Amino acid sequence: MSEFLQQLLNGLSLGAIYALIALGYTMVYGVLRFINFAHSDVFMVGAFLGYYLGKLVPAGTWWGGLAVLAGAMIGCAVLGMTIERLAYRPLRGAPTLNVLITAIGVSLLLESTGQVVFGAAPRNFPVLFPVRNFAVGGLILGSNQLIVIAVAVVLMIALQLVVYRTKIGTAMRAVALNPKAAVLMGVNNDVVIAFTFGLGSALAAAGGILYALNYPSIDPLMGVMPGLKAFVAAILGGIGNIPGAALGGLILGTVETFVGGSQWSTYKDAIAFAILIVILLFRPAGLLGRFTVEKV
Amino acid sequence: MHPFLRFLGLAALAAAALPGAEPAAPAAPDPIKVGEFASLTGKEAAFGQSSHKGTLLAIEELNTTGGVLGRPLELLTEDNQSKPGESATIAKKLLSRDHVVALLGEVASGRSLEAAPIAQSLKVPMITPASTNKRVTEMGSYIFRVCFIDPFQGTVMAKFARHTLKLQKVALLTSVSSPYSVDLAKYFRETFTALGGTVVLEQKYSEGDKDFKAQLTAIKAAGVDGIFVPGYYTEAALIAKQARELELTGPLFGGDGWEAPQLIEIGGKAMEGTYFSTHYSAENAAPAVKGFVKKFRSRFANETPDAMAALGYDSVMILAAAIRHAGTTDAGKVRAALAATKDFDGVTGRTTIDSHRNATKSAVVLTVQDGHFKFIETIAP
Repeated sequence: MSEFLQQLLNGLSLGAIYALIALGYTMVYGVLRFINFAHSDVFMVGAFLGYYLGKLVPAGTWWGGLAVLAGAMIGCAVLGMTIERLAYRPLRGAPTLNVLITAIGVSLLLESTGQVVFGAAPRNFPVLFPVRNFAVGGLILGSNQLIVIAVAVVLMIALQLVVYRTKIGTAMRAVALNPKAAVLMGVNNDVVIAFTFGLGSALAAAGGILYALNYPSIDPLMGVMPGLKAFVAAILGGIGNIPGAALGGLILGTVETFVGGSQWSTYKDAIAFAILIVILLFRPAGLLGRFTVEKV
Repeated sequence: MHPFLRFLGLAALAAAALPGAEPAAPAAPDPIKVGEFASLTGKEAAFGQSSHKGTLLAIEELNTTGGVLGRPLELLTEDNQSKPGESATIAKKLLSRDHVVALLGEVASGRSLEAAPIAQSLKVPMITPASTNKRVTEMGSYIFRVCFIDPFQGTVMAKFARHTLKLQKVALLTSVSSPYSVDLAKYFRETFTALGGTVVLEQKYSEGDKDFKAQLTAIKAAGVDGIFVPGYYTEAALIAKQARELELTGPLFGGDGWEAPQLIEIGGKAMEGTYFSTHYSAENAAPAVKGFVKKFRSRFANETPDAMAALGYDSVMILAAAIRHAGTTDAGKVRAALAATKDFDGVTGRTTIDSHRNATKSAVVLTVQDGHFKFIETIAP
């Protein structure tokens, strides 16, 4: 039993990170109908910003950790908006495929630049928050795991509030529903789209730092696998759907952990992806996604 | 530019450069070209950097004492970025374009296995400094190594775990995507079981994984005295860290893939009291080792050479001895001389190349204590 609970905790903390990254994919898809493949590299940049900012604050303090988290989120929000301004906005109105290829190009650019600037060798991520283990029964709760889950939950609630309770959130939903009608209603689509990229990238940065806290070895290609998993999580939950991305991330993380702890540990990625295929066979729009009829 | 214009431009440049380039000095003898492929960047960069420094030191040392057969050695180094697929391309380039006399390379067995068939098919001797997987030298008669092999290393760690650490039940955590790790686990299991111990369970991961909590939680639930982690340092450090976070207290131990400063850098306190087998210890008081450590430290900013550096150095010295012995750089004769290497006194001990082109030599077991590698014992073959 305690093994089951321990694995559940491991899975949830991994899934929470996938969920944070998946939110960025899903939000951009929601407003622009394309997959921002550079997102997983913004995640990587977030971890590296955390690495450099982490050297400026005393290790293992609450305020220091939170300051680094906030700093990296702001840095990545700026990066996300810059990418949108320089790479995607000139292609507004172009076929989706063009934007998609550009996204892959931006992704490769960030990875290669990262290898030049940060070096290709893995680095050791600093200790940002106080580290403690809590033993509850046979269960061991690592402070980092708890921080990951807590930060993810807080950020997801905040995101929900932004999207449903603020003016810019309303505008985001309007653009997602129908960009042309949104313009007619006086929404400035460019501002809304830039904001969406900023928000998604900030969440990716948070994901990057939380990931590096738990797995403290960072390198410029660290975003590739988590990015792929988060993309799958976004599809699993129904792409374009915010609670769906969170749910998809948690399911994927948990399944991966349970398979990883079983005798089939070699196949943990394969089984996680097989589950995705099965779910999509029965629910092609994802768990919480809905099919919208394209009106001509 | 038009191709013809470009040709003209090149010709003009060449004409301008040629006359003054060589002052009337006696024609220097042609250098002996030696190719090296290494993981200078990427995930196992520490290995490539170390073995490259050892190799470079040996080449420079030979050149200051007049080279080999009166000719200087020229080292052509290529980086494979620790990526699969790159080593084969690099080996092809070094062998067919640069026409190197011999190929030196790789610590990671998987990448040596990529280059070996190419060296074999072109009949150029290849020496791997530190690839311990058995299959590497089975690729053909031109492939040599100057280190021990995994069957021996697996046996050493099994004996150490059973006799010195007195462990009864252990778990294995193996990287399925690395031939090195899979074989080491296999030979460890054979010996450990033969010595009366039990391998309770084997969990697996892939290179590049960062989350091992799932596997470690399962290992913890199985209740073991220790964990054998036959992987490379990046993963080993993360595994140790996560094992300690889950309060798995038994000793962790592994093979020579652990030896890199990054092991302690990434793993930190979690590495204390872990053990691994390797090829040499810088603490060894033998004159050959002392001299090497001194030379290395003065050449590379006071860095203490690790086993990969020592093996890189030895690989060059053994190659140079073979070329001297052959009296020519003819590939077939160098190969024969390499195969005849007997009782070569190197930094990593006395090396004899056996009929399978492997080196038979002893292993050492190190531990991590106060953030440094400490020598525990030497285990003879």
